[in-house]
This record gives sequence, structure tokens and C-alpha cells, in this order.
Amino acid sequence: MKTIDARGLSCPEPVILTRNAMTSKEKSYEILVDNVTAKENVSRFASHQGYRVTVTEKDEDYLLRLEK
Amino acid sequence: MKNEKVTIAGAGIVIGLIAVLLVFFGNPANMGFCIACFVRDTAGALGLHSAAAVQYIRPEIIGLVLGSCIIALATKEFKPRGGSAPFTRFILGVFVAIGCLMFLGCPFRMILRIAGGDLNAVLGLVGFALGILAGVFFLKRGYTLKRSYKMPKAEGFLFPAVEILFLILLAAAPSFIHFTEAGGGPGAMHAAVLISLAAGLIVGALAQKTRLCMVGGVRDVILFGEWKLLLGFLAILISALLGNVILTAVTGTPYIHFGFAGQPVAHTDALWNILGMLLAGFGCVLLGGCPLRQLVLAGEGNTDSAVAVLGILVGAAFAHNFGLASSGEGPTMNGKVAVIVGILVITLIAAANTKKEG
Repeated sequence: MKTIDARGLSCPEPVILTRNAMTSKEKSYEILVDNVTAKENVSRFASHQGYRVTVTEKDEDYLLRLEK
Repeated sequence: MKNEKVTIAGAGIVIGLIAVLLVFFGNPANMGFCIACFVRDTAGALGLHSAAAVQYIRPEIIGLVLGSCIIALATKEFKPRGGSAPFTRFILGVFVAIGCLMFLGCPFRMILRIAGGDLNAVLGLVGFALGILAGVFFLKRGYTLKRSYKMPKAEGFLFPAVEILFLILLAAAPSFIHFTEAGGGPGAMHAAVLISLAAGLIVGALAQKTRLCMVGGVRDVILFGEWKLLLGFLAILISALLGNVILTAVTGTPYIHFGFAGQPVAHTDALWNILGMLLAGFGCVLLGGCPLRQLVLAGEGNTDSAVAVLGILVGAAFAHNFGLASSGEGPTMNGKVAVIVGILVITLIAAANTKKEG
């Protein structure tokens, strides 16, 4: 399980970080973002890559769990 | 995910039609919206530059920010944020404005110009895409302006509050606010205040909901093969094109004519149309979004974007104070120097903020 803290980063950095992390081809990842746009963008990208995405709200942030 | 694409295409169609209607109601040709031009007009109205032809507090800008703000509040997306390299963003904003005013339009107006048959804007699009490629080159190598952080609620409300102040100044028209006199240039050409304001509010709300971004469209296709945002861009182009055709048929006045020469608020210098938009596209990728997107984000409480908009405001004022802005006759020598300097400065900013890692 790899965890990426992408809070506060401008578009499209959260997606780029997610993509870079995916080169390690793990079964699951956790991505932490702090706005709805990043949540949507990372979710969209991850599901295109064949991951199932579950989102939990954590304080004012969103924790995205990606699983294959 | 399919749903998202339908929504943004629908929003793009509405936005394209609104843009065309604004011209029908009095805005300059192919200028239903132009963030760079309208911020420049606002700078002139505030006396930040003294080009008498382009001075007016554009209600569209006010509407875009407030429309985004209202929707963000309603959907609990209003989150004050800031602190991600604000001064760098200011400088990027300055040069984005200079690039746009070399070309005579922001990326949004570039689409509207193409929809009006202005082929110079197709060259602008080529430059824009090249600028985005340059930005993507650095993004792929780890370019970042670092994180933004949560800010106090009041910090996030200040920029929308400034827009409300602009609206009051527009309505009250005190003597220290400058307005282009009737027949005195593009600044005098505008739809009625309430129409412009309503158009801004609707487009601001739609852009907030759909995350519409002109630079994001091309960028995401290059980076991820992701077409969502570009779909919005294409929908605006097609609907504005059809809107222009329909208006021409209905009114008998030409709203569209294909060619290079004699286009409204445009020049035919191919090289500098390309380089101007290259600078704008490059700068916008480094900012994380086009000028429209910066206004929308500022409405959501993002004060880094508010600072970028201030950069555009100051850059637009410089563009007229220092004779950098092009006119229908073409670019100026000062403008050419400023665009070259801008490309160099922005490249340095990109390199300086790119992590040296494998």
C-alpha cells in the first residue's frame, strides 16, 4: 500500500503523482486530496486504469482508496 | 463518467450561445467573453492605464467570480486556500496578460475568434498548443509551485467582495472611474449591465460545476489522453460557430466571415499571434488553469488564483502603459520584446520549480 499526500497541489499534479506511483504496480494505493476537483480527477484516472475507487471524507479532506 | 462528458458538452453549448448573444447585445465582435480584454478594460476604468479606448468595468468578470462563488457556497466547495508561491503566480499572471494582449484575446476569446471565422486565431491555437506542450514538459519532470493551505474564511471572501465593490463603482460611476466615451473604441461597446452580469453569473456557475478550462483541455489530452475538458472547449467552438451562422441569417448582419484580413480586434502577424499565445498557454499551464479558470477558482476562495488575476490586471495595465499591446495594425516593437522576455522568464520559473529527480 502506497500513500500519496496530494493536498493543496494545483491541477493536474495530484493525477501526475498518482500516475507516477502506479509505475510500481501495487494492488492498492491511498491518495489524500483536499478539493472536489482533485477527487474527481484522480478517481476518473484511477478507474480508467482499472482500479476500484472508494472515497471517505476525512476532516475536510478526501481519502481515496484505489484497489485492483 | 459518461455523464460528466454530457454535462460539460451541454454547458459548453450554453456558454457558446451566451457568448454570441453578448455580441448581439453590444459587446465588441468575437468578444462575448475575453478574460484578458475585460480585466484590461477594468484596469483602465480604475485608472491603472490611460488608453481611453479600453476603459470599462466589465460586469462579465464580476458575474464570473460571483457565479462561481455562489455555486461553490451552495455545494460546500467554497474552501479558502492560499500560500502556494503567490508572488510567482502574480508574475505568471503578468506575462499571461502580455501574451494575450499580443494576440488580442485570452484562450476563451481565441475560441470565439475561430468561431467568428478569424483564421489568425487558428495560428493562435497553434501557439497555444505549443505553449501547453512546453508546460507539460516541465509538469512531467516534477514542476510544482508546492502546496496551498487552508486560509481563514474571511480571506476567501475578500476577492468576491472586491468584485461586489466593482459592481457598486460601475453603478455609481463616480468621476474617478474612467469609461470610454461612446464611439471611442471597444471599451464603449458593451451589452447592458444586467445582461452582462447575468451572462457572467451563468457562465461562472457552469464553469465552476464543470471545471471548464481552456488550457486544461489540451493539457489533459496530451498528458493523460483525457478528453473531458477539451470536450467543453470544442462544444463552445461549435455552438458559437452555429450561433454566429444563425444570427447572421436572422439579422442580416454578418457575425462570421472567414479569412485573415479585416478581422475585428485582431491583427494578421502570424508569428506574433503564435508567440503571444505560446506565452499565454505556457504561463497558464504553470498556473494550473486558464484566465477563466483563475477567476472561477478565486470565486471558490482560492487566493492564489486571486493573486494570479491581480497579476493579469497589472500585466494588462503595463501592456497599455508601455505600449506592449497589439492593435488592429499589428504588434509593437515593445510588445515583441516583452513577449520574448516573458517566454524567457517563464521558462526560468518553470525550470526553477522543477524537481531534479529521475
